[in-house]
Order: sequence, then structure tokens, then C-alpha cells
Amino acid sequence: MISTIPAGLWTLLSAVTGLLTVASVIGHMLRRRYSPQGDNEVVENLNQRIRSWWIMAVLLGIALLGGRTAVVLLFAFASFSALREFISLVQARQSDHWALALVFFVVLPVQYLFVWQQYYGMFSIFIPVYAFLLLPVVSALRGDSHGYLVRISEVQWALMICVFCVSHVPALLSLEIPGFEGRNVLLIAFLIVVVQLSDVLQYVWGKLLGSHPIAPNLSPSKTVEGFIGGVASATLIGGGLAWMTPFSFLQAAALALMIALLGFAGGLVMSAIKRDRGIKDWGHLIEGHGGFIDRLDSVVFSAPIFFHVVRYFWSVV
Amino acid sequence: MIRQWMASLTAVAVRMVARLITTARPVWQGLEPLPGQRIYFANHASHGDFVLIWMTLPPRLRRRARPVAGADYWRSSGLKRFLIHDVFHGVLIERVPDPNGENPLDVMNAALDAGDSLILFPEGTRNTTDQPLQAFRSGIYRLARAHPEVELVPVWIDNLNRVLPKGEVVPIPLLCSVIYGEPLVLQHQESREAFLERARASLLALSSAHGGEKDD
Repeated sequence: MISTIPAGLWTLLSAVTGLLTVASVIGHMLRRRYSPQGDNEVVENLNQRIRSWWIMAVLLGIALLGGRTAVVLLFAFASFSALREFISLVQARQSDHWALALVFFVVLPVQYLFVWQQYYGMFSIFIPVYAFLLLPVVSALRGDSHGYLVRISEVQWALMICVFCVSHVPALLSLEIPGFEGRNVLLIAFLIVVVQLSDVLQYVWGKLLGSHPIAPNLSPSKTVEGFIGGVASATLIGGGLAWMTPFSFLQAAALALMIALLGFAGGLVMSAIKRDRGIKDWGHLIEGHGGFIDRLDSVVFSAPIFFHVVRYFWSVV
Repeated sequence: MIRQWMASLTAVAVRMVARLITTARPVWQGLEPLPGQRIYFANHASHGDFVLIWMTLPPRLRRRARPVAGADYWRSSGLKRFLIHDVFHGVLIERVPDPNGENPLDVMNAALDAGDSLILFPEGTRNTTDQPLQAFRSGIYRLARAHPEVELVPVWIDNLNRVLPKGEVVPIPLLCSVIYGEPLVLQHQESREAFLERARASLLALSSAHGGEKDD
């Protein structure tokens, strides 16, 4: 597989390393200036986030260099962790125990096996057809109808968000784009870089200029200024990344705009769920960021649609 | 030698599996994780309860923290004996009074006399009721009387009962927290009933006290 590492990936990884180095230096300077005793929460959180970014970037970089199996394993693990966070919040009862065991130990591995096999006919319908029909049956067999509709719907949504949607990131490797053979990892890199930079830039623009909350009831930290600034800059950056994709500048910018808007929508939907359940973060494993879903929420919404748009307009399978 | 080596290896494996399933996060709400002799008393809803306390303690506290466990269960096979003695360094007590066996209080007192800490479930048996916490047995009061120098730390184990409900065999991965509360001290002339109720209330107070502010 080593021979198939596309040159563009090295360029991109170097750029990401440079960007994170700059971020670390800025974080270090802010700390010396405003938080020498480690008592300024905003600065401490920023530095935690940057440290976590390093870890996430290194893991993703290794997976992308490692090839299909490594990428599938990384996202299967991310799905597992996200699912663990989501299922912790649902109102499942003991009668759902077998359904939940199936979700974790059968549905998730089988979905990623199909993705690994690049078996489009199955990974695109296995969860919405087979899992969604089978799991309510398993729950019903225990004969407990208390809150039944809510219980089965929550489990289905957990699977949809944490497994089905996330698995469409490694599924990008199955597309066959003429003239782009062997370089599909760059589609993953394009999606992740655009969606995460859009998140970061919305945060930065919001902190610099933000004054009008965009969804005060769901997410007080999101502002109109942050949204416009972040999405616009992510669109430009996406266009600037056209060199590593099969897209022209305008196509790449349009796709980046779509990704950024969907990413924003994902963050909004996941915030609404957090509000509903009275929590601030989905988990605690990614220092400074919260849980896996806190970091994946924007990827979750953009990945399947990016996959299908690229498949429809560019792929031959 | 080989037994000791296998015990360390098993301990690492148990911690890895438990972390994968529960992520077992300690929340130090009422005390700092500093060395000291303590009785950690916790709610008991699952077989894995003591494992979560044992693994969330920092290593130097973990080495001296011995779970109190039922002898009838843990002596029933060689593997269980290896786990409870070599891996967890448990203190085994007879749950059914046995005139020929050792008095449970003597066994626990001996461990405290030796300078060890205890992990204790004062409800006695696993809680399978709808109540969050059953009534406490009196053993913890007598230990507190005999060892006034030992801190009594309430520890609330959150969510583990949903990971492996009674009668199920496959654990469901869910986030669990282990919340360490403020240590209790037995008051001068405090009655047994009053102390047990106070201890129970201090544990119950941790169960709903860890919700974060929402702002994101």
C-alpha cells in the first residue's frame, strides 16, 4: 500500500502540521500573557483543544497513510465511541438490552465490514433497511411496550448518526473517479479539513466579531457573524484545495460551501439533542472538546451527502 | 513470581476492557486523590462496581484499597480465587453468619489495622429494587467506631447498573462516572441509626449532583 500514497497527501499533512504548530505557538503566547498560573479558563481550554487537535490530526494522518484498512478501523472506533456516548443518553430499558447488544457488537462491525469490502449495495441500505426493521422486533420480543416508540426511535437515531453517517467517511474510498485512481484518501482529507476548519473558523470569527446569536435557545455560542465568516472562509479554503481533488476551483468551492452548511446544521441538531437531555458535552474523552460526538457532529451531517453528490456527478460506480 | 506477573498482566487487561466499555471517569468532588487511609463506601447495583472504584483510584491509592467481597462467591473456583486474591487483593467475608468461620468485622478490622483502605458496599447485597439506594447495614458504623482515624468516603457509581442489568450476560458500552464525595467523620455520641442515615444521605446526594452547566 505504501506505493499508493498520493503526493498531495504529504503536502496536506505538512500544511496541517504547520497550521497546528502556529496554533500551538499562539496558544503558548496567550498562556504566558493571560494565564501564567493556568487560571484563565478560555486560554486553558484553547490550549487543551490544540493539544487534542494534534492527537486527532496524527491519528487521522497515520490512518490515511496506512490505507483502507487503517481508515476503516479508525472510523469504526470513532463510531463505537460516539455510539457509547449516544446510547448513554437514551431512555432504553432492560427489555432493550439485546437490541443494544446487537447494535454494538453486530450492526456496527457488519456495517464497517461492508464499507471495507466497498460493497455499496449493502453499506448503503444495511442499517436503514435491515437493522431498522430487525431491532424493534428484538425489543418487542421482551413484551415490554412502556415507552416503546420512543425507545426504538432513539436507538434508530443513534445508529443513523453514529454508525451509518460516520461510516460514509471511509466509504469515500469506494468511489471510482476516472483519472483520480488511488487518490481517494484525499477526498476524505478534503471533507475533514473543510468541515473542521469551518467549525474552527466559525468559532474564531464568532469570538472576534460575534454579537448576534443565531440560535439562542439551542447554542448561545453560535453567532450570525461567526456563521457567515466561518462558512465563507471555509468555502474559499475548499476552493483553494481543488489541486488535491478531482474538482475544479468552482466545483471545490461549491462542495466546500455545501459541506460547511451541512456541518453547521449538524452542530445545531446535536446541540438541540444535548439541550433536550440537559447536558453540555457528549462525553469527556477528547480533552477541551468534550466527547466524540462533539467533534463529529458536523462530519456526521456532511459525509453522506458529500459521498452521494460526488458519487452521482463524478464516480463511475 | 509467575503468579505475580500474571496478576499484573490480568490487572492491566481488566482495566483496558473496563475502560473500553465504561470509560470510567473519576470525579473528585469532595476530596483530592491524595494518599490516606479510607473506607470507600458505594452504591451496589452491579458485579463490576468494585472494579470501577479500584481502577479509577490513582495507582498508589489503588495498591492499598482492598474490595470487601463475599467469600462464598469468590472461593468457588480457582480463577475467582486468583482474581480476588492476586489481582484485586480483596478482603473476603462470610455473608451468611457461620459459627465456625471468621467474623466479618474481625476480618475488615484486621485489614484496617494493617493500614489498608477498604472498598465497601454497605447495602450488603446488589440493589435490584427501584429505589436508588437500599438501607445500610450496620458494619460500616462499627468500623467507624473502631477506626476513628480512617476517612469514610462516599462514592457514587453512576450508570453501571445499565451496562449489565441483573440477569444479562453481554455488557452494553455506556459512559460511567465514579463520583468521590466529601469524607464523613463519626460524630461524638452519634447513634448508629443517625450515622447510617447520614452516610446513606451523603451517598445519595452525589447521585444527582454532577450535572454540568449547559452553554454550548
